[in-house]
This record gives sequence, structure tokens and C-alpha cells, in this order.
Amino acid sequence: MNRYPVWKYAIIVIALLVGAIYTAPNFFGEAPAVQVSAAKTGLKVDPATQSRVEAALQEAGIRPEAISLEVGSLRVRVDSTDTQLKAKDAIQRALVKDAADPDYIVALNLLPRTPGWLSALHAAPMYLGLDLRGGVHFMLQVDMQAALSKKAESLAGDLRTVLREKNVRHGGISRNGQAIELRLRDAATLAAAKRVLLEQFADLQTTETQEGSDFKLSATIKPQAARLVQEQALKQNITTLHNRINELGVAEPVIQQQGLDRIVVQLPGVQDTAKAKDILGRTATLEVRMVDESVEGRAAEAGSGPVPFGTERYPDRSGQAVIVKKQVVLTGDNLTDAQPGFDSQTQEPTVNLSLDAKGSRIFKDVTRENVGKRMAIILFEKGKGEVVTAPVIRTEIGGGRVQISGRMTSTEAADTALLLRAGALAAPMEIIEERTIGPSLGAENIDKGFASVTWGFVAVATFMCVYYMLFGVISSVALGINLLLLVAVLSMLQATLTLPGMAAMALVLGMAIDANVLINERVREELRGGASPQAAIHTGYDRAWATILDSNVTTLIAGLALLAFGSGPVRGFAVVHCLGILTSMFSAVFFSRGLVNLWYGSRKKLRTVSIGTVWRPDGQVPAKVD
Amino acid sequence: MEFFKIRRDIPFMRHALVLNIVSLVTFLAAVFFLFSRGLHLSVEFTGGTLIEVSYSQPADLEAVRGGIAKLGYSDVQVQNFGTARDVLIRMPAAKGVSSGQQSEQVMAMLKTLDASATLRRSEFVGPQVGDELAVDGLMALAFVVGGIMIYLALRFEWKFAVAAIIANLHDVIIILGFFAFFQWEFSLPVLAAVLAVLGYSVNESVVIFDRIRENFRRLRKLDTVAIIDNAITSTISRTIITHGSTQLMVLSMLLFGGPTLHYFALALTIGILFGIYSSVFVAAAIAMWLGVKREDLIKGGAPKRGETDPNDPNAGAVV
Repeated sequence: MNRYPVWKYAIIVIALLVGAIYTAPNFFGEAPAVQVSAAKTGLKVDPATQSRVEAALQEAGIRPEAISLEVGSLRVRVDSTDTQLKAKDAIQRALVKDAADPDYIVALNLLPRTPGWLSALHAAPMYLGLDLRGGVHFMLQVDMQAALSKKAESLAGDLRTVLREKNVRHGGISRNGQAIELRLRDAATLAAAKRVLLEQFADLQTTETQEGSDFKLSATIKPQAARLVQEQALKQNITTLHNRINELGVAEPVIQQQGLDRIVVQLPGVQDTAKAKDILGRTATLEVRMVDESVEGRAAEAGSGPVPFGTERYPDRSGQAVIVKKQVVLTGDNLTDAQPGFDSQTQEPTVNLSLDAKGSRIFKDVTRENVGKRMAIILFEKGKGEVVTAPVIRTEIGGGRVQISGRMTSTEAADTALLLRAGALAAPMEIIEERTIGPSLGAENIDKGFASVTWGFVAVATFMCVYYMLFGVISSVALGINLLLLVAVLSMLQATLTLPGMAAMALVLGMAIDANVLINERVREELRGGASPQAAIHTGYDRAWATILDSNVTTLIAGLALLAFGSGPVRGFAVVHCLGILTSMFSAVFFSRGLVNLWYGSRKKLRTVSIGTVWRPDGQVPAKVD
Repeated sequence: MEFFKIRRDIPFMRHALVLNIVSLVTFLAAVFFLFSRGLHLSVEFTGGTLIEVSYSQPADLEAVRGGIAKLGYSDVQVQNFGTARDVLIRMPAAKGVSSGQQSEQVMAMLKTLDASATLRRSEFVGPQVGDELAVDGLMALAFVVGGIMIYLALRFEWKFAVAAIIANLHDVIIILGFFAFFQWEFSLPVLAAVLAVLGYSVNESVVIFDRIRENFRRLRKLDTVAIIDNAITSTISRTIITHGSTQLMVLSMLLFGGPTLHYFALALTIGILFGIYSSVFVAAAIAMWLGVKREDLIKGGAPKRGETDPNDPNAGAVV
């Protein structure tokens, strides 16, 4: 009765094998490495970059341990930190021509020293959280109300244009918070305006009120549309943050959306929070200026003359100089939106800009006076200006809807739109949480977490072995297997290990032994009741199972609650806690039974079981016939 | 080895009234301290800035306090953290000073006082985050309580569910009471510990209830009180050994986990100790006061069924 069929042993062997393989990468430690990634949107890190890096390393006489090309980055692993610095210099020289405006980011990093065959099985070590490796953590809150106000402003501008086109006479359009208010003189125009809104502004919902003889139509953004606006704002802010953080040269930045309006930024290894914050909080600014079309200006643009007085020279994206006047026509504040699109007549890719009311008015005047001339849109970031686009003004543009077209691919149009939007960050952000962990503290936390788990484990295992003899040894082995499987699952999921996670690991081991105590106590009780050893083992395991299940369910309920409602450190705790409960059911019951069966199951005339003292109230020794 | 050589059932329920009064008094004291002193909430909940600085020699706390006062911040706590060389500074959220500016200012000031000051960690939490964490924490507690009650009501009967949850909430309140009385810092990991211990100690009550149910079925001649006494006596060995093992782990965290895990381990320790007490003396007693009867647990009334049949699906777990 205490025998496992072969397939059950097969499951155990497979589980142990898989567990061992996926736990293994955690023991190889980390090696210094140099990481190369692109600093500009247009550039890619590809096999060509790899061969350039290889050539540079060879020239410098550095033999890398491994070079791996991953999505967006190239990683060169070397043997020591000395070589790491040399390799970084060599690669920097080869790839970065202009230090002030780098094409590639060359950063120092640590890479797991996982052997190739393990990597091939996708086995990788657990990812260490910031509290274990040091670094900074920011949580940013996006001001969604501002994003919605901006959208309303842009829609108000659109509405003005469309109503003019349709010849609907209104008594004024104004934005009140996130609502657009439209005044109308009579019922007929009210009906007309409503029709226009219904046909062309699917994002708006309207309510009407009567004030004296006038009508007021109030339009607000529909909830679905508002949600879309918020999603876009968040995505755009994340993109902008990505671009900015690239400059910091952080090896593995984490930039994630959290909830509906928050962004979490984690920069492992960064200690200089001031600089990081400066970069996160920086806003790129956008300016619209007229291009100097005078003879002197042209000459300066061609490079054959000095830059005329009252003008400045900025490069465009291909490096070509553009001479623009110092006077600023518009700034990014007046830009409410920039989207790529297609011209309805020529089917050419375009970039469509929306301006707010003030911007539209200025734009109309400027374009009327400057038909045939060029207008430059310049993006300023880090105090450097770059001309995003410099289109020729064809006609007077009113209504705040600007279309830029001509000689663009649709990708270029999308890039330009992105850059323009980045200049006008979709919505302002505020840092609402910030954490810095020094590298020494991180290392200490690892040691402390490790010591807690180790010594706790040793204490529990010693007690079990002394109290329950061989059954205690089996329980301890099962506990060890539980730890192995837990680490394997965490590594497989690439979960982030934090200090609370390590605490959860210790706690879960302490709780997991509960199952073995239940089983061992029950087996003793059966023996005390006079059952034969084989029968005692059998009923002991069977009866204990229901209780083990019960206790794990209640613990799991608490774990799931923490997972659902917890954030940050609590979540790290909850993940390990829940997984640990699941692995403990396998190791404490299924696996330990396997060991017991292997040891005792095949003995037909089993007389004693090594489970420590089986004490009886009546003083008799249980049926022992030695 | 065998620690528990118990010859006769221990009459736990004879003292139920006294013990429950003790429980009630402890509980009320905990509630009193919770209200009168309040929890010393960590920066995560209140919002504000926390800076941990380490020096090469034991730090001069007065100098640090004086320096910070000169910067114009009030309500600042400065204390040693772990060792005499480490200092923990807590500052409430100041209006008009954005996010981490506080910590930069303070660090710059500390460097001028003593060049060996190095930043170990800093934390800034905006007030909006703190409120949310408190709400989330309460939601998690409600979820755990609700989930466990539903589970126990399905698995046993409502009287047991009520008894178990009262017993274990009483533990939670007592843990919080300790934190209020000693003004230990209540942080997110402590909250996690409290909830984990709630889920953990409920299963203690489950084990005893399981045995009570089995006894109702097996020992037909005994009255409810004797049945409960027998159930507790026969599970006490297991209760103490499992909690002892868990406590060994927690002790290891308390000793080796450093200051970061200190209060986490402390909350677990209190939770585990009171968990034993409450499931032995409180849960079963409340079930008794609520008037559990044989009929509540053995439905259908077929008396022969399950008497000796180990395969009875309704037999439940026995330990």
C-alpha cells in the first residue's frame, strides 16, 4: 500500500531536474559587461553594429567572454572590471563620434555569468529588486485633468473651423474647464450646430440650456474618448521618458505604466538622483520661428557667409543648417496636438497640428503675411535646438488646423509627430514617490535575507531531525526541495526578488513544515493506536491531506489579498508567499511520501518506523517485536 | 522525543470564562491604545521624506537635529537605526518643496557637518500615495476576513466561521495594540505580516474544528464541553510544534534580518504567539458560547455512517 507507481517517481524526478536546472543560474554570479544601445530613434543596434564593436575590441586587444545581441541592445561580457573599463573606452571611441551628441549609449553593466547551455534553455537568475542591488525608483503621476483640458482646447479650435466652413453663425465658443461652450442666437442655428457636432465630433456629447432668448450648447468629452485621451497621454509620456532616460546610460531601466495615471521608473545602479530627476522633469520646448529668406540668410545656410544679425543657425535632422530669426512666433504651449495622417487629395503622408485659440489667431496673421516663405519648427532639449521641419507656407492658415506635407514617408511623418508631441509633453507629471537605495545597503540586504533563510532553515531542520528521526530527515529534505522549487519557479517567471520577498521565503518555509508536522504527528498517533507501521504511514498521509489543504487555502486567501491590493514591497512579498504555498503542497506531501515509500514501502515485514518516541498513556511500548 | 505526554483530557473549557475575560481585557486595552496613542505610521502611509545616513564614527544626533532645524524644517525625527553609526531622519511632507529636494538639501547640510556622511537610502512619498495605501490595506484586510469566513462557512458552519474570525481578528487587534503601545513603526511589510499571520493562524482553528466535528461523530456519549476539551487536547502537540517551527524561522529573521525586517518579524512573533492562544482558548470557546451542537455538524442524521469508516467523505481531517 505504500508504493508509488513508476509514473509518480518519474514526475518527482522531472520536477527535481527542472527545479535544479532553473535554480542553477542563480549560483553563477554576475560578470562585468558593457552594454551598447541606440541613443536616437532612427538608429538600430544590429549585426553591423556588432561587427564594428568586435573590430574595435580586437584593435584594443580585448577578448570578450561573450557578445550577445538582444532587442535594442548589444552586450559584451568581459572577465574583469579593468577590462570592462578598457572595453567601454574602445567601444566608445569606435561608435561615438561626437560626445556632445552621441549616436550610441555605451554603459557599464553587470550580466549574469550563466553558461550558454543554461541560457539556451531560457534559464536565467532571478531579477534582483532595487532594495537588493541599489538604485533609484520614481513614481510619477500624470496630470490627466491637464491632458483633458488640452484636448478640449483642441476640439474647441476644430469646432470653430468646422462651424465656419458650414456657415453656422454662433455667438462665441469658449472653453470652460473641460467643457466647450457654444452660444447660439436661435433654435435653427442650435439645430444646425447640433447636427455638425453629431456628424463630425463623435468624441463629444452635448447638453443644451436656454438663457433668455439665447441658447447655450455645452459639449463635453465622452467618457470613452476621455479614456482614450488619457491612455494616449500616458503612452506618450512613457515614450518621452524612454528617450530621456536613454541619455543617462542606465543599463536596464524599467519604465512601466502603473494603474491608469501613473508611471514607475526604476534605474538600477544610479546614485545621482539629482541628475536623474533633472532629466525626468525636463520639458522639451517647441518654438515656431520664421526662416531668414534674405540673401545673407541663404548664404549662411549654404555655409558661404556669416550668420546674419538677429538670426540663429540650427541643424535640421539630417544635419543641414537652417537660419531662423530670433523672434519666436509660437511656442509648444500653443500646440495642442500633432498626429500623422494623409492628405485627402494627394494621399501624401502629412503631419497634422492643432493649435489653441491664441495660437490660431497668431498663426493666421503670420501665414497671411508670409505666403511662400518657410517657417521652422524647432525642438529645444538640453539647451540644444533642432529643426524638426521647415515647411513652405502655401496659403493663409486659419482655424488652428495646420497640415504639413511634402516629401515625407509615413514613418517620417509619424516620427515628426512624435517629436512635436514630445515637445509639448502630453500632460505634466509630478514625482509622487521616490526611493534611493545605496549599493552598500543593497548588498547588506542580500546578506541579511540570505542569513535569515539559512539559519531559520538549519534550526527547523535540526529540530525536525531530532524530534522525528528519519521522518524528520525526510521532512527536512522535502523542505529543501520546497526551497529549490520556489527559487526555480521565481527564476522561470523572472520575478523580481526583494527583501520582503526573501522574508516571505523564510516565512513560507516555516509554514510549509506545518504540513510535515501534521503528517508525522498523525503517523505517530496511528502507531500509538496500535496500527501496523505500513498502515500507520498510509492513513497518516491520507488523513493529514485534508487538513493540509484547509490550512493552505486560508493562507492562500491572505496571500491573494496581498497580491490584489498590495503595491511595491507588499506585492513582492505576496508573490513569493503564494508561490511558496503552492510548491510546499508538492514537496511536503507528494515528494516526502515518495521518499517514505522508497524507504519503507518495499519492506513487507516492517516492524518499526523511525519517527521518534511513540509514547502511550498506558506506558506500553507499541507493538514492537524486535 | 515526545514533549506532550498527556494522560487525560485537559479541561480547557472549564476556564473558558476566565480566559475569555482575559482576552477581552487585552483586546480592549489594545483598542484603547490604538485610539489613545495611535499607530506610528511609516512614511509610506503618512507621506514625507525618510533619509538613512551612515557615518564612519558614531553619529552626533544633536548636531544633526540642529542642522536640520536651521534648514527650517520642523517635526523632524532623528534617531539611530541599527547601529550608532547609522542615522534615520524622518521629515513630514513640506509644502512648496517638491519631492526629493528635501533629501538633497539635508544631505548637502549633513556633508558640511561631517564629510563622512553617506546616503544609504532615501524615500519620498507624496501624500496622495499614503492615503491610497491605507485604503488598500483596509481593503486587503476586508478581503481576507470575508474570504476566510466564506471558506469556513462552506467547509463547516457559520458558527465556526464567526468564532474563528473573531478569534483571529482579536489577534490582529492585539498585534496593532502592541505597535500602538510601544510606538513601533507600522510599515507596509508589517501590514503584510499581519495579514499573513491572519491567514496562517486561522488554520489552527480549522484543525481544532475538524477534530471537534470528528469527535461529535465518534464520541457520541460525551457532551459538547468534553468533546471540545478532547479535541483541543489531542491537537495541542501539533499546534505547538508547528507554531514553534514557524517561530524558529521568524526568530532567525529577527536575529539576522537586520533593522529592515525587525518590525516585520516582531509582528509575526506576536501574531504566532497569540495565534496559539486564541485558537486554543478563544475560537473554540466562542463556538461553544454560540452553541454548536452535534446536529449542526452532522447533517442527515444517519448515525451509523462515518462512525468507523475511514473513507467517509464527510469525515474531515483528523490530526
